[in-house]
Amino acid sequence: MNEFVEAFLNLEIAAAALPILWMGLQQTLLLSALTVPLGITAGFALALLSTRRERWVRWPLMAWIDTFRAIPPLVLLILVYAGLPFAGLEIGPWGSVAIAFLLNTGAYYAEVLRAGIESVPRGQAEAGRALGLKPWQVWVFVVLPQAVRNVLPDLIGNTLEVVKLTSLASVVALPELLFQARQAQSVTYNATPILVAALGYFLLLWPFVRLLSRLENRQLAGRR
Amino acid sequence: MTGWEGFAFSFLNARVAAEYWPKILEGLGVTILLAALIVVSGLVLGLALAVLRCLGVKPLNWAIIFVVDLFRALPPLVVIVLIYFGLPAAGIGLSGFVATWLSLTLVLMAFAEEIFWGSICAVPKGQWEAARGLGLRFLPVLRLVVLPQAMRIAIPPLTNRTIAITKGTALGSVVAVAEILGAAQSGMAFSGNPTPLMLGALAYLLLFLPVVVAARWIERRFAWKR
Repeated sequence: MNEFVEAFLNLEIAAAALPILWMGLQQTLLLSALTVPLGITAGFALALLSTRRERWVRWPLMAWIDTFRAIPPLVLLILVYAGLPFAGLEIGPWGSVAIAFLLNTGAYYAEVLRAGIESVPRGQAEAGRALGLKPWQVWVFVVLPQAVRNVLPDLIGNTLEVVKLTSLASVVALPELLFQARQAQSVTYNATPILVAALGYFLLLWPFVRLLSRLENRQLAGRR
Repeated sequence: MTGWEGFAFSFLNARVAAEYWPKILEGLGVTILLAALIVVSGLVLGLALAVLRCLGVKPLNWAIIFVVDLFRALPPLVVIVLIYFGLPAAGIGLSGFVATWLSLTLVLMAFAEEIFWGSICAVPKGQWEAARGLGLRFLPVLRLVVLPQAMRIAIPPLTNRTIAITKGTALGSVVAVAEILGAAQSGMAFSGNPTPLMLGALAYLLLFLPVVVAARWIERRFAWKR
């Protein structure tokens, strides 16, 4: 037991590692502030395109979305980070993470938003047009607000996953929370910094998990 | 070399591909095994926790909710690193394979419990009461009446979540599991050429694209008519 406390709950090491973990947490937040809007923007663009009826738009779009939902995000990230330099493009950890997340989370957001848009009855858009709104006004003021509201739990859930995914950036040496924790662990040869980092993730994300589980249960119950 | 030749030499190099595809294939086997183990153990544990939660024992339910929330909030990679690098310090050494299996099982367990529980709650109370009124005991009620109805609600979200977590097997490469990504990365390191990585990405596509397409079908098939 003593050995366990020494290796996992070493307060001395926790205190020493805290400043660098704090820096890591800031990078994690910054990274989330970059990747979430990027993914949502890409998702919106793809979802809007997917409402087109033309086959030459629909099929390539489906293929694109399914491809990037099928490849694990870490594979995509490493492909971009380690592969692109061979093509003469040095884009560094931040650029790699941005590209990989744009492709991966964009596809996920697109699926969620598409389901939302499809859940809005056609009559809504038609009524909007009949009232004299321009097509873009129909989208912005009639369809999208209802679409987003209908899939709000999925949107929040997806965003939570994106924030959790930022931990992958540690693999390409971007100094976010997990990376800093592993650095501290390898220097001190003690697992306490990783445990502290895990605690940090938990405290950061727990409120969202609680909120989400309430919204989700309401949604499942509403399916009857 | 022209631009295209350079690109083909780097990313679609037939000589490198011929040398390393058996390794990638071995990695594919490891990925499939790991994924199958995670799916089975994660779903079974998730269902077991959901059933336990139905018993309505307050302190037990609080414990279940805490564990579920914990593994929904922690990034899977953090759990893997914690178990792989942390436990040896406490005298328990696990291989990367077992650490990945255990971690992703816990994560899938948490998400599955939440979905099963939500679905069980969505079955109207009258179904419980009627079955109990007919003289069925707790477990038969659950098995014969409630779960069949709950499953129908649970399947679409459960499928999507299971796929997402199974793709997490790629995280095993961080703790030296020779699954597809691990094999591809060591192939790239040995050959100094990213072709093995392209092969790896292709292997993932072959493995997961049918699953993603099937999930899309399942989602429509099980959708409730509104």
